[in-house]
Amino acid sequence: MTAPLVDIRNLHVALPDGADRPYAVEDLSMTLNAGEIVCVVGESGSGKSLTARAMMGLLPEPRVRASAGQIIFGGRDLLQLPKHERRLLCGEQLSMIFQEPMTALNPLMTVGRQIEEVLIVHTSLSAAERMERVLALLAEVHLPDPPRIAASYPHQLSGGQRQRAMIAMALIMDPKVLVADEPTTALDVTTQAQILKLIRELQHLHGTGVMFITHDFGVVAEVADRILVMQHGKVVETGTADQILNRPEAPYTRALIRAIPSLTPRSRTPIEGVPILKVEDLDKTYRQSGLLAKGREVHAAKDVSFTLKRGETIGIVGESGSGKSTVARMIVRLLQPDGGRIDLHGIDLAPLSKRQLKPHRRRVQMVFQDPYASLNPRRKIGEIICEGPVANGVPKSKAMARARELLGLVGLKPEVAERFPHEFSGGQRQRIGLARALAMDPEVLVADEPVSALDVSVQAQVLELLAEIRDRLGLSVVFITHDLRVAAQVCDTIVVMSKGEVVEHGTLAEVFADPKHAYTRELLASIPGKDWQIPELAEAGAV
Amino acid sequence: MTDLTEQLPEGEAPNLRARALGFWRLFARNRPAVLGLAILIGVIVLAAIAPIIYPDNPFSLAGRPMSPPFGEWIFGTDTLGRDVMAGIAHGARTSLMIGLVATVVAVVFGTLMGALAGYYGGWIDDLLMRITEVFQTIPSFVFAILLVAIMSPSIQSIIIAIAVVSWPALARLVRGEFLSMKNREFVQASVVMGVPDWKIILIQILPNCLSPVIVAGSLLVATAILIESGLSFLGLGDPNVMSWGFQVGAGRTVLRRAWWICTFPGVAILLTVLAINLVGEGLNDALNPRLRERKG
Repeated sequence: MTAPLVDIRNLHVALPDGADRPYAVEDLSMTLNAGEIVCVVGESGSGKSLTARAMMGLLPEPRVRASAGQIIFGGRDLLQLPKHERRLLCGEQLSMIFQEPMTALNPLMTVGRQIEEVLIVHTSLSAAERMERVLALLAEVHLPDPPRIAASYPHQLSGGQRQRAMIAMALIMDPKVLVADEPTTALDVTTQAQILKLIRELQHLHGTGVMFITHDFGVVAEVADRILVMQHGKVVETGTADQILNRPEAPYTRALIRAIPSLTPRSRTPIEGVPILKVEDLDKTYRQSGLLAKGREVHAAKDVSFTLKRGETIGIVGESGSGKSTVARMIVRLLQPDGGRIDLHGIDLAPLSKRQLKPHRRRVQMVFQDPYASLNPRRKIGEIICEGPVANGVPKSKAMARARELLGLVGLKPEVAERFPHEFSGGQRQRIGLARALAMDPEVLVADEPVSALDVSVQAQVLELLAEIRDRLGLSVVFITHDLRVAAQVCDTIVVMSKGEVVEHGTLAEVFADPKHAYTRELLASIPGKDWQIPELAEAGAV
Repeated sequence: MTDLTEQLPEGEAPNLRARALGFWRLFARNRPAVLGLAILIGVIVLAAIAPIIYPDNPFSLAGRPMSPPFGEWIFGTDTLGRDVMAGIAHGARTSLMIGLVATVVAVVFGTLMGALAGYYGGWIDDLLMRITEVFQTIPSFVFAILLVAIMSPSIQSIIIAIAVVSWPALARLVRGEFLSMKNREFVQASVVMGVPDWKIILIQILPNCLSPVIVAGSLLVATAILIESGLSFLGLGDPNVMSWGFQVGAGRTVLRRAWWICTFPGVAILLTVLAINLVGEGLNDALNPRLRERKG
């Protein structure tokens, strides 16, 4: 076997004094061979992104720096190279794709010009030759009509097209090594599947060594040849894809894989309850109104209808822009529907005015997506939970006692009522957000992507808690998600939305086993790692 | 499973004293701001002890007109034989008082307008912002002169004039903050729970907008002092109150024969305004720490 393309030996990345640990990356060794994809997997804070950045010389120095170790590439240690030599190497032989193509591309330059820029820096090709290369490459990443794309600005392209353009830019010099830092995380699942396919295809074609950073084991299962699992800056396990995915050894890897929601729908006894919430023909159109210009119209929701029974969980599934969040916001009346009925126990909430709505607010509550934005940073947890009941006339002391009780219910200590949100992790904040919603004694809980901002292990815990509380309190839940794996675990029925319309509606088992609509089929086919049967791992006692 | 179960954060919530100390540390990292604070404290002390060290009316004659500085009178006397230093000491009271009161009025009114416009949006926003624009289209100093001239010069009229020309900028600032805050999930959670609007504005949003308001307010004090000095210089100050601008105006005709009459009050204005600006910068750094890290 020939020498590896990249050989990282005992890499340490030091964090500034006062950080929660001395090293962001500690004693990391790995190799990357030509023509293989090595996935670096870990949860947030595992040091996986900093490893990638250390390789590209993109650490935020001097506060965070590679303090020890070597990164050998082409016989030379990248960490010892003078700055200008290293810069030349980057872009020519090493290149990188970033998570968010919108921020990684300059919004004021056309896509073609930005790709050409790389050629201007690294080659002495003529303008015509450069343009030819750019167009050829745009065709290679399967962008339709390359001349038009090259002349477009980033905001004129869709997310998937931007990421393709980024990949084209990264590959224009035919680099030996490609570092991809969560390249599909910001994309919709169907686009993600296409981009993953593209990366595989191009990597085969060019024999590039790819270091692929991700948190998603599904994505890993799609692309990885070899896998490196990181936790708290240390490598906990490395091995071939087959080894790690199917026969993981390290307790942490086993726990991670166990936490991945299975695609096999969980069998729940069919809900026989009475309908509690009936949504009929809900409509919402966003109008961009200008003083003189004619406004643009976007149908965010068109004739959306479904029924929710007591104790049932209905999943509204769709990609970004499908209108699923709009529907959620209309149900809790953060948005005023343009038409349709929201029938809660025979009372239509849709046309009610703010004042008329007030006595009914309590019955439909919401759990939000972003654990960091959903709690007021300047208020104590207890105050946050009490706010709703107090505003509805519950005496403060009684509300506070209830808040403590609820904190216990969501698995936190009652004492945390005296603390501020910044002291809690994302998962804990989501529990607090749930307690806040429960404080109103709701009958219907609307959960808008409640776990999508959480790490997979925390995700599993929060989903479990949600299911447990739902069953204990007999709640009905409207669960908004883009993640079919999550939907498979918590929902009884599923509504699939696309471009503001419901394209499919049925029980979980029906939709998963026998999707009727082409879009549903595409969605299901795009789930990363769908062919990977997650191994049944016993919970090891020693873990 | 220790790695996967979440642990409760250790340690107590930081108490008030520790937080104040932390805030001071952030503030003190900006050295010029500490210097500014020292100068400002000096001016405040001077204003506080003015009636003690110069018990006489600063308009009263102290000695021979146009005595040079660093003699019997530390900063000399003016054309009518008034002690310049006594004028500066008493003028500090006027300047600080007018600066503070005018700023408070402008901040309260501007915040109210901005909050209502930002939170409610729609026609309320349109109406309030058009009103704001009317005020913003008139050059502020000219507008202040006009107002004082109409109302006849007095402390009250000067304060009103300064507040009237200063609030629109704050209203715009607060409106912008409210616009970005009202779509935050924690605000929406309050809406869903049926919390009344005034409570959402006061308890949920306003405390989270205070940092930029405090910074803008501190800088507004400096502007207010400048406007007051300018008005007094033009003879539109309160005739019964000693002020720096008045002193500069009084000495302007004899600038070449008696430079000190204008210079020392002028330096007092300069130092005070500079100090307040430095403190404002420091507050900005301390209240928006992320901004500073991005810079350096």
